[in-house]
This record gives sequence, structure tokens and C-alpha cells, in this order.
Amino acid sequence: MRQRWFENFSWVGFILTSLRIITLVLVVVGIVGTLRSGKYTSSQWISLAVSGLAQGSIYALIALGYTLVYGILLMINFAHGEVFMAGAFTAVFVAEAFNKSGFLSQYPIISILILLVVASLVSMSVAILLERVAYRPLRGSPRLVPLLTAIGASFFLQYTFRGLYGSGFKSYPKVELVSGVINIGGSNIPIVQLVVFFSALLLMLALYWLVERTKMGKAMRAVSENKEVAALMGIDIDRVIVFTFAIGGILAGSAGVINGLYRPQGVNFFMGFFPGIKAFTAAVLGGIGSVPGAMLGGLFLGVFESIGPNLILEGLGIPGANQLKDAIAFTMLVLVLIFRPQGILGERLAEKKA
Amino acid sequence: MKRITLFVLSIMLLSIILAACGGTTLECDDEIGCVEIGADEPIRIGYMLTISGATAFLGEDSRGGIEIAIDDRGGSLLDHELELVGEDSLCSAEGGQTAAQKVAADTQIVGVVGTNCSSAATSAMPILSEAGLVLISPSNTAPDLTDRAKTWQPGYYRTAHNDLFQGRVAAEYAYNELGARTAATIHDGSPYADGLQAVFADVFAELGGTITFQGAVNVGDTDMRPILTNVAADSPDLLYFPIFEPEGNFIPDQSTEISGLEDTIMFGADGMLVNGYAANTGPAAIGMYMSGPFVSGANYQALLDKWDAKFGGSPPSGFHAHAYDATNILLDAIEKVAQVGDDGSVLIGRQALRDAMTATAGFDGVTGTLSCSETGDCATGEALGIYQITDAEVSGGNWPPEVIFTP
Repeated sequence: MRQRWFENFSWVGFILTSLRIITLVLVVVGIVGTLRSGKYTSSQWISLAVSGLAQGSIYALIALGYTLVYGILLMINFAHGEVFMAGAFTAVFVAEAFNKSGFLSQYPIISILILLVVASLVSMSVAILLERVAYRPLRGSPRLVPLLTAIGASFFLQYTFRGLYGSGFKSYPKVELVSGVINIGGSNIPIVQLVVFFSALLLMLALYWLVERTKMGKAMRAVSENKEVAALMGIDIDRVIVFTFAIGGILAGSAGVINGLYRPQGVNFFMGFFPGIKAFTAAVLGGIGSVPGAMLGGLFLGVFESIGPNLILEGLGIPGANQLKDAIAFTMLVLVLIFRPQGILGERLAEKKA
Repeated sequence: MKRITLFVLSIMLLSIILAACGGTTLECDDEIGCVEIGADEPIRIGYMLTISGATAFLGEDSRGGIEIAIDDRGGSLLDHELELVGEDSLCSAEGGQTAAQKVAADTQIVGVVGTNCSSAATSAMPILSEAGLVLISPSNTAPDLTDRAKTWQPGYYRTAHNDLFQGRVAAEYAYNELGARTAATIHDGSPYADGLQAVFADVFAELGGTITFQGAVNVGDTDMRPILTNVAADSPDLLYFPIFEPEGNFIPDQSTEISGLEDTIMFGADGMLVNGYAANTGPAAIGMYMSGPFVSGANYQALLDKWDAKFGGSPPSGFHAHAYDATNILLDAIEKVAQVGDDGSVLIGRQALRDAMTATAGFDGVTGTLSCSETGDCATGEALGIYQITDAEVSGGNWPPEVIFTP
């Protein structure tokens, strides 16, 4: 037995194993430390978890856009954060108008539906334009080229919107219908967080149905498996790709309005940058190219960001725990990727596809 | 042939020597160096402001003040046209450094008005100081920038109040007028916010209060619930968060959801004193306090009228008057030390300019009577006030809010 262990020993394996053990120990010590100090009540943990789920659903909706495009084109659409911003930033003006005229308070559900439609349309148009102008001419070029184009398109969109709408901050009006709290497990959960979670869930289920049960969805899956053979089978590749971008845009636009319900402030030309990065992280975490993976990754990242600093870092006695929220989220991503490079739900791609 | 060549060469040499000796060239005997401006060339004033990003309103506000000051002089100084060139310093150390490098590379720039954010100034100053330039800021408030033991560099001046004063006013108001005995602070990692909350905490503790929590968020964070849950664990009387939008919008709004913070007084600072803050934050901002620049008087009203005439409406932030005064101090100092040649060219010694600016005393500005200290603090702290946000600001569109206290 010992002989075999010596034979199979490798330094890399040893370091990875010790990294696993160290991480596990740190996390456990942190969690135990925090829970033992009793600083937070269980109702506070529940409220943090639920707000994490709400935030995570928004990440998930945006992550779906990343994952769909990656599945089809094997490229990361870094401008997707700006697609989200386009919808959110445009709908805020409509929302302000509704609020001023009183339409919002009289017919809240209809107004929210109208906002969703407006935001989805704008985001969809931006996504389709992106595909047409920035990505289609570059199909077939080395992988790095569309990546750089995406980053350039991201800046272009940000500053175009800055030019159109100004650099000030706007905010969505508060909707009376979804304000208020509901008592679950001893903590007061704002109703809006549950609304956000369930509407995002609804959209994700709709997407799942679209991808699995409709003809277009079948075409999307075929193109993501093998573009050339799908073309031979008679599938119009361009149409499928445009459709994918459009779906991603619709989801991102809806995420923008839902985000406005949940967190009304901070609407600005720059608001898509950080959610874009976080959603990309979530997509990779869940397994890029996998639709359930993006959903799971988003929810997981949201909850982790919400609970992680307070749960793990404070127990370890690290000062400024909340400032390290992003650091801990990305560290978690790095660790997951070290030990499971395909992400949580991803499949290891065969060599010839990569 | 050889003789002719020698003859021509000696004629050329003679003419070169004669050309150099003759004329009205001004001599530069300044320690650092001089800016030489030809007869038809403009005098270039630089600005380094935040004209893009989330805090772009600060840059627009300051730039307007600078432009009005230049207009008031008819766009020219010493019969030379005044040319304003600018760089975007963002509100970060990297932005300040990049902008400073570009400005320092242009040797024709006489002086710079900027930056808006203390983080940009901290990294810009070593470069600008090395290049012999002067930087006068309308809105840097971090105490370290004029502290010889900290990040002060020769050539730095400011017309904005030092946060040592603002933090003290806020803490004294919180303790004495509001009766708070426990407080928590949240900053965003920038020198401005960190410095200001540190001053507040020190003074508050000095007065006898207790600081229960001092934490930070990152710029770009949208979810404040974890840190607010942390704050709520001790239920402080007051929460002091001297940060910018949009983080400053999220904190009051999300604190309504956290149990334990229902009675906590929200207290902000001048980073959030921007037109639109109250409307953006929503009803959660009603009753919130803010410290910030407060300028009043007939001169200020005249400045506001000029702003309305030139740009329309009212300025987006609170430091335009400081930018106006800063530009005037700079231009006055240039006028004082410039040597004008017979042909209209101008020579400005860099060290002489610095000395003139440091010697500014009793300057009658819109923000008060300004006298610059050795380390560049020109403001006396007269122009500060405590504001309270009411429903008029949130839904009525009123801005700025009423001043309820001046020190």
C-alpha cells in the first residue's frame, strides 16, 4: 500500500490536496467562529439568504445570456452587461413618467408589464445590433478577436448611453404593490425579494421550455453541438444565432426592470459593468454553456456574496469583512475552477470541440 | 574657395551670436524653471476633474466655476488669451496619475485647477510637484493632502474645507445637537471617505461617545444588507456614511429592511450633496442629515446668476464657488509674478508662482476670505453647513435642502 502511494505521488497532487484541506479547514473554522459568537440571529441569516437569492436570480438572468451565446458561438459576449444596462436605463424614464402621471399607482401590474416589454425590446435590439455589427463580420477569426471586440463594444455602449442620457443617476420609483414585508421563520422578508425570485424563476422556466421543447430550441441545441453539421441538416445558422442573442437580450432587459423593482437606485450608464462581470462569473461557476448551470451559478453566487463575508470571514477574525465581499466571491470561483474546471454543472468538452 | 567658406561660416557664427544677444529675451532665474509664452501664444490653464463615471457631476460643477471665472476676465490675462485644457482624473488614484502624467508632459501649462477627488490628487501630486506645477483643488477635502507628515507635496493648494473641520462639525452636531451616544461609520475605501470617518470617529469618541462599528463597502457594491446587518448587531444611535452615490443611495434605502436600524439616524457628507440625491434615494432619505459646503452672500448669488445665464439651471453640486475662487487665486498669482517682455511675451517663474500662491492672504472670494497656509489650506472652514433632507427634496424636486446649522 505504502509502495503504491509513493509511486503515485506527485508534487502537484500533493499541493492540490493540501489546498483542499486548508480551504475546508478555514471555511469550517470561520463558520463555527461566527455561529459561536452568536452575533447574528437566525432570522438575520434567513433575511440575508433570501436577499441573496433575489440578487442571485438577477445574476442568473444575465448569466443565461452569457451561457447561451457561449454555447452557440464559443465566445464570451462581454458587452452583455451593457445590454442589461440599456434596458434598465431606458425603462427608468418610462417608469418615472408613469410615476409622475399616477399611472403606476393606479395600475401597477400593467405598468410593470409595460416596463418589462420596453426594457426587453430595447435590450433585444441592442443585442441584435451587437451581433450584426460587431460579431458577425468576425465569425471564423481567432478566438481573441471577438473577445476584444466585445470589450470595445462594451465601452462604446456605455459612453453612447452616457451621451444619450447624461451621466447622472436615476432611480426607479417605489411600487406600492410589492412593498411591505412578510414574516417567514421569524424574520421580515420584503415581499419584493420574493417577487423578484419568483418572476426570475418563471422566466428561467420559460427559457428552459423554449430550449427543450420547441423546434427553435432544438435548432439552438443542434447549432451548439456542431455548427457545420447543423447547417448541413438545413438549419439556418444566422437565424439561430440572431435568435439566441435576442433571447439573451430579452432576459437581460427583464432583469433590468426586475432589478429596478428590487433595488431602485443606482441606474446610471455604468450600472451594467459590475453585474456583467458577476454574471459572467456565475455562468462560469455553474458551467459555461449549460443553461441550468447558469441558473444555479447565479443563485449560488448571490447567496454566497450575501452570506459569505459575514459567515466565513468574520469568524476568522478578518477585519473589513464586507469590503472583501468581491474578493471572497472571486476566490470561491478560483477554487471551484481549480478543483472542477468545467464548473458545477458543466461537462468536460471533448478535445476536438475546444 | 577655402577662404570664402571660412568667411561665410564666420558671418553665420557672428549673426547667431548677435541674434542671441539682441532682442528683448527675458531671463529665467527661477529655481524650478519658467514657462515662456510667446507674444501670440495663449496662457494655458489646465484642469484635472472627474468628467466621466459615477461622480461626473463633480467635474461638471467645478468646470463650470472655472469657465465662469475665465469669462469674468474676458477670457484673457495680460493681453494673452486664456486657454483651458483638461484631463479626466476620474475619481481614482489611477485616473489622477494618468491625468497628471499628461499634464506634466505639456510644459506650456502654467497651473492646474483640480482634482475633484482626494484619491486622484494623492497620486497626481508627486508627478505634478516634480514637474514644478501648481495644483489648486476646489473639492479635495482629505486631511492628509495638506499634512506635511503625510501626502503633502509642494505646489498643492485647495479652496475646499479640510475634512478635519468637516468631521469635527459633524461629530459635534451628532453628539451635542442630535444627542447620539453610539455611532457606526461606513466608508468606501477612498482617502476622502476613510479620512473623514476617521476624524468623525476620533472627535465623537473624544466627546464621550462610543463607536460601535467601523466598516467599508466597495465602490460599485449594490447590496448593503450584509454590512448593514453587521451594523445593526449593536443598534447604534447614528450611522455616518460619508460616501458617494450610488452606494450612498443604497444605504438609507436598504437600512429600512434591516431590523435593528429603525431608529438609527442617517448622516452623510458632501460627497452626496448632489442634485438628485434625495429623489434617487426615495422616502428613506427623509430626515437624513448631511454636512457639506454652504456658501451664501451677494457674490454667491451673482455667481449663480452667471451660471444660469451661461449653462441654464443650477449647478449640479456644491463646489462650483470653490472652483471659481480657486481659478481666481491662480490667475491673480500669475498676474503678480509674470514678467512681460517688450514684444508681449510672458515669462512665469514656477517657484515664484508657488510663492505667490502660498502668500495669498485676505483674498476676497465667494466662499469667504481666503488665506493660504504653508501647506496649501486656503479655506477657513467658514463655508460649511449641516443640511436635513425633507419631503420637499424627495418628491418636490427642491434642491439644495435647507441649512439647519452652521458652525
